[in-house]
Amino acid sequence: MIWRFIRNVRLGIKTLMLHKMRSMLTMLGMVFGVGAVIAMLAVGEGASREALDQIRKLGSQNIIINSQKPVEQAAAGAMNVRMNIYGLLYDDLSRIEQSYETVHRVVPAKLLRGQGRVLGRTLELRLVGTSPDWFDLVARELIAGRRMSQRDLDENSSVVVLTEHGARRLLAGQQTLGAQVLINSGYYTVIGVVKSEESQSSTMQTPDQNIDAYIPINVAIERFGDISVTRSSGSRSRELVELHQLIVQVDSIDHVESTAAAIDRMLELNHPKKDYSMSVPLALLRQAEATQRTFNIVLGSIAGISLLIGGIGIMNIMLASVTERTKEIGIRRAIGAKRKQIVGQFLIETVVLSVTGGLIGIGIGILIPWLITMFAQMPTAVTMWSVMLSVVISVGIGIVFGMYPAMRAANLDPIVALRHE
Amino acid sequence: MSALADSQTKTSNQMDTPRGSDDSTGSVIRLNQVWKTYRMGDQDVHALAGVDLNIERGSFWAISGSSGSGKSTMLNLLGCLDRPTKGTYLLEDKDIAKATDDELSDIRLKYIGFVFQNFHLIPQLTVEENIGLPLFYQGIEGADASKKARTLAERVGLGDRLGHRPTELSGGQQQRVAIARALSNDPSVILADEPTGNLDTSTGDSIMALLCELHDQGKTIIMVTHEPDIAAYADFELVMRDGNIETIRENPPNPKRTATPAGGPS
Repeated sequence: MIWRFIRNVRLGIKTLMLHKMRSMLTMLGMVFGVGAVIAMLAVGEGASREALDQIRKLGSQNIIINSQKPVEQAAAGAMNVRMNIYGLLYDDLSRIEQSYETVHRVVPAKLLRGQGRVLGRTLELRLVGTSPDWFDLVARELIAGRRMSQRDLDENSSVVVLTEHGARRLLAGQQTLGAQVLINSGYYTVIGVVKSEESQSSTMQTPDQNIDAYIPINVAIERFGDISVTRSSGSRSRELVELHQLIVQVDSIDHVESTAAAIDRMLELNHPKKDYSMSVPLALLRQAEATQRTFNIVLGSIAGISLLIGGIGIMNIMLASVTERTKEIGIRRAIGAKRKQIVGQFLIETVVLSVTGGLIGIGIGILIPWLITMFAQMPTAVTMWSVMLSVVISVGIGIVFGMYPAMRAANLDPIVALRHE
Repeated sequence: MSALADSQTKTSNQMDTPRGSDDSTGSVIRLNQVWKTYRMGDQDVHALAGVDLNIERGSFWAISGSSGSGKSTMLNLLGCLDRPTKGTYLLEDKDIAKATDDELSDIRLKYIGFVFQNFHLIPQLTVEENIGLPLFYQGIEGADASKKARTLAERVGLGDRLGHRPTELSGGQQQRVAIARALSNDPSVILADEPTGNLDTSTGDSIMALLCELHDQGKTIIMVTHEPDIAAYADFELVMRDGNIETIRENPPNPKRTATPAGGPS
């Protein structure tokens, strides 16, 4: 049985090799179809993995709450110099910390603008007044020195942790650790340097930026207070914001969404102006996965169309081949081949064509993403399942589009077929 | 000679009495009132109109007749490529009229060996594979099939051409391959359709010598030809006209035939 199948396959290959050019051109449809499927899925998968990776950097157990200027007040603020009072309160921090069993810890952050200066160099910084837990929740690699400690907080030490970017801009070529950096009007001792997230996509912002400078929160409160003044186009606006950001870490992933909802309900009561926004990385993750699914469906449909065209190409050639080989079919039938054996012969030929095309297509589909990654620095990922799917689809196309020509061959009247020239 | 005389009596018997009624244990083929009707527009055309015929095992028949006499239809029918519209055709006691398409394929595979005017070899297959094609469809594979194909190739004098393609062979050689192929399933009947039609006279003669040799070895051969020279090789010559048998005559022993090394019937 298997012997017979192998012999049939060998015969099919032999027959196809009689018309090398034609067989190759026929295969091209499959080659490009399958190549497109794998390459597109690889690019899509790469992009989505990057997005998912970024979301994971936000921390999938975290809930990020930001202060947000209410809409009507933002408009009012532009007209007069009245103080804008909004945002998260110190009370919110303690309420969240104390009210929920599922909340593991909460990290507050004051986000201020500042200018860092070392000798002649200056750099606009985002001053992050926070607690040591920040470095656990926004986990980044420590490059040099140490992170902020509880002791720094307790002792109100004027210490700063810079990002790699900031350290290079301000302190390149100098002893970094222990250096004094002038930020606005105060000096801070550099105790450590951490990596920061370079790429900021527009859809989601990581809590850290590469111009961050981390200082103990009580130092930030003491030196900068809660009121900030910004000047823009001739008008001054003053803002009172107690806390700019709260990062809540939940004890397990299962509780993230329910805890977020509960915190939201509580904040709503205390913030009728809705002057905060909440983002849940886990929800973003779910959303990104759903987007990815949609993306795959769209790509799949496009690839499906190209495969359909490839299949039709194969069917077309096989129909021509049946006409051309009418006599051969007549001879085989006269000798005693049954209809199903003729069907089998032609089906094997189409499947050999489509699978060979498919395999070459897989090769191309793996090569293209590799080239894209090489030259365009775009992340790509060829998935195993897309390769397997391609093999299955190739066989399927061979059978589906080969069936009609094969049936036509088998249904020829042997007498007519023999007389055909 | 007694075998021939026996055939002769039987056929002449059939000429004047209704056929098929007699005891014919020696018959390979029995046709009884066989009709084949085609519909052309709104008219029925009878390609075969009530043919009765008995063909003994081991006999050599030539069928001739002008075009339109029904000899092609006759050949297709005898070769089980077609079924009669009416009447019965028994091949090895199997009723062809009632067979399904698959059963007809099986019958052709087991009992019929075709030799065509245009040789009808499959171009992409080698000589060995062409000869072995009926074996392939019988499910005989590998060494057995290969051995049988080689033996047959040697028997028709092409033992050294096994790996060649049909296009690399002369017409006579191609027809020898076709004959070897027709023999490979040990058929009850060899049906030859103008086997020398595409060959020059001397090559044609050698092909006929081969067929006669097979006949001498006991094969039943039915040959369609319009050439009297070729028809003269057969034991019996059947002339068709208007879809029926016009005459059946017994040929005198052919001098060319008896000259074959295998020798005539004893």
